[in-house]
Amino acid sequence: MSDALSPDPWQQLRRHTRARIALGRVGSSLPTKEVLDFGLAHAMARDAVHLPLDVAKLATQIEAQGLPTVQVHSRAADRHSYLLRPDQGRRLSADSLQTLQASMAAPVDLLVVVGDGLSSLAVERHVPPLLEQLVQRLPEHWTLGPVVIAGQARVAIADEIAVTLKARMVVMLIGERPGLSSPDSLGIYLTYAPTLACSDADRNCISNVRPEGLDYAAAAHKLLWLAREAVRLKVSGVALKDESDMKEVAGSLQIK
Amino acid sequence: MQYQATAGVHTYQFKDLKEVLAKATPARSGDYLAGVAAETYAERMAARLCLADIPLKHILDTPIIPYESDEVTRLIVDSHDAQAFATISHLTVGDFRDWLLLDSTDSATLTRVAPGVTPEMAAAVSKLMRNQDLILVAKKCQITTAFRNTIGLAGRLSVRLQPNHPTDDARGIAASMLDGLLYGSGDAVIGINPATDSIPALMDLYHLVDEVISQYAIPTQSCVLTHVTNQIQVMEKGAPVDLVFQSIAGSEKANHSFGINLGILKEAYEAALSLKRGTVGHNVMYFETGQGSALSANANFGVDQQTIETRAYAVARHFKPLLSNTVVGFIGPEYLYDGKQIIRAGLEDHFCGKLLGLPLGCDVCYTNHAEADQDDMDTLMTLLATAGITFIMGIPGADDIMLNYQTTSFHDALYLRKVLGLKPAPEFEQWLMQMNIMDAQGRVQPVTGQHAMLQNMPRHLLVAA
Repeated sequence: MSDALSPDPWQQLRRHTRARIALGRVGSSLPTKEVLDFGLAHAMARDAVHLPLDVAKLATQIEAQGLPTVQVHSRAADRHSYLLRPDQGRRLSADSLQTLQASMAAPVDLLVVVGDGLSSLAVERHVPPLLEQLVQRLPEHWTLGPVVIAGQARVAIADEIAVTLKARMVVMLIGERPGLSSPDSLGIYLTYAPTLACSDADRNCISNVRPEGLDYAAAAHKLLWLAREAVRLKVSGVALKDESDMKEVAGSLQIK
Repeated sequence: MQYQATAGVHTYQFKDLKEVLAKATPARSGDYLAGVAAETYAERMAARLCLADIPLKHILDTPIIPYESDEVTRLIVDSHDAQAFATISHLTVGDFRDWLLLDSTDSATLTRVAPGVTPEMAAAVSKLMRNQDLILVAKKCQITTAFRNTIGLAGRLSVRLQPNHPTDDARGIAASMLDGLLYGSGDAVIGINPATDSIPALMDLYHLVDEVISQYAIPTQSCVLTHVTNQIQVMEKGAPVDLVFQSIAGSEKANHSFGINLGILKEAYEAALSLKRGTVGHNVMYFETGQGSALSANANFGVDQQTIETRAYAVARHFKPLLSNTVVGFIGPEYLYDGKQIIRAGLEDHFCGKLLGLPLGCDVCYTNHAEADQDDMDTLMTLLATAGITFIMGIPGADDIMLNYQTTSFHDALYLRKVLGLKPAPEFEQWLMQMNIMDAQGRVQPVTGQHAMLQNMPRHLLVAA
């Protein structure tokens, strides 16, 4: 450590938050170590955005839990178009639509869609254990369709998938945009009676699902609480207030 | 009116004013996404040539979103000050740029003219301005507001301390607050983006910040950035609310998607005023905006994202805010693709806001799926501080662990103050000196474990883990 550094004598507060506090300073600027730490975290997050989802591996893991899978793709041909054209990420490719129509079985109560979103890392790490918790807690009479794995997917693609498969409710498990300290955060979106006209206001969102944030059991609990309430009230989104016992649901659809 | 111009051998026709505005806009991904951007470089220049010859009077008389169907348009038209406009009413957009750059167009003149400038006029002229023009004119605009301190005086740069925590943990928030205060940040506002929208949990957050502000007698104000209807509820329940926050946009439909309208904002504004918590002034609102928000709500009506962003400033100025913040790179690369686009947008927003008379600050920021990095943020914050930006964000290490994006840090604010000789708001500066956090030259002071703020920590940090 260089002599130039003025350390901050409130290091002990770091145990209360993962925020980058008590970094110290050189003059009034960041010490070299902190500049490099930040650069490394940014590199990891950047790579997470561009890392393709290993769909075959994920399908194998899900099927090992006794759940069939179907693989589909959005209209965004690659990551570049995915990033620039969110509209393409919200719709199924023509081929995928046919695949789904062909696989159509009886309508289901709760359809699970898995989308790569902005972090395939989140999906690879958290979807299999979360599904396990979800299936364990599922009300007995509820039917679950095949788990649909969607590539270059935005949240709303789940609506089209659900409409095609005639699902009463759909849950989207999707990689959230990576943060510097959380390249692998998973988001959950629940939509009751999904249609192509649904907007974000029609969904309930549970965010920051990962062991360091909202853990799998708590996330599954919260999701099924919301799903039961959605069935009871026949609605999801802003009209369905989360009153399960925790308070980590990210509510804002706004700028910040 | 015919909208046409010749660029090279080709004459371009534009069907209406909003098409001219959109096609004259510097290239950005959100306008391509909306399908309103110029298709070639020549078409963009033709649109600018056409725009330069349009009289300001014509812009005033030609609403780009119909008066009958949009309350933001009605606000712009009905609140237009014809007397203030008289000074510039004979100018075209091109002439307006020239007039703005004249040495004789000084701060006092710009203040006098501001109520006569509509958002569309500001947006139009910005499209003919280079980055240096946007900086030079914004620098001349002087907008001062006050609550418990005075924001926006010449030679000052304020900072919003943003101590977010992903689960609203009181100790985590208090720790980030302490960190920021000991680095000299927090004079614009101490503003938390909560994870929760439960009313009891929000009440706790208001009390947390209020206790810290009272305990150390800090001349600053607090804000919890939850939906305005929640803030109305907590005020009814007696929460210590200083500033009322809301995200706003430039069309009635976009605002509707945010769950607000002008009536709701007025109700919140009046409720906050009635609390009389300001000591040196009564600017009680804090707004956030950002290019792309109208399109993302399918509420852009074929208007380019910069012009409709500027219309949000008309909503903001109606409520005399203490602070208005353009969150420039937050929504993502589908609106502003890279550092170049983010930098341009930040300078445009700041110029337009200041020209309209708003105390504009900027969340100089980007997400990890944008082609941008901290070097781009260094460039933009340095340009904005040169242009006299009212405030920037201060987040520990520039890394917001709740909202998952990167912005500016307490260290960044110290850098800007040092390089450009800027100081915090005067009341807050006095407090920093009294607390031995900063000296009279604005240098941050060494802090030991014996410092009063560490010896006498906020109660929230002392509660057993």
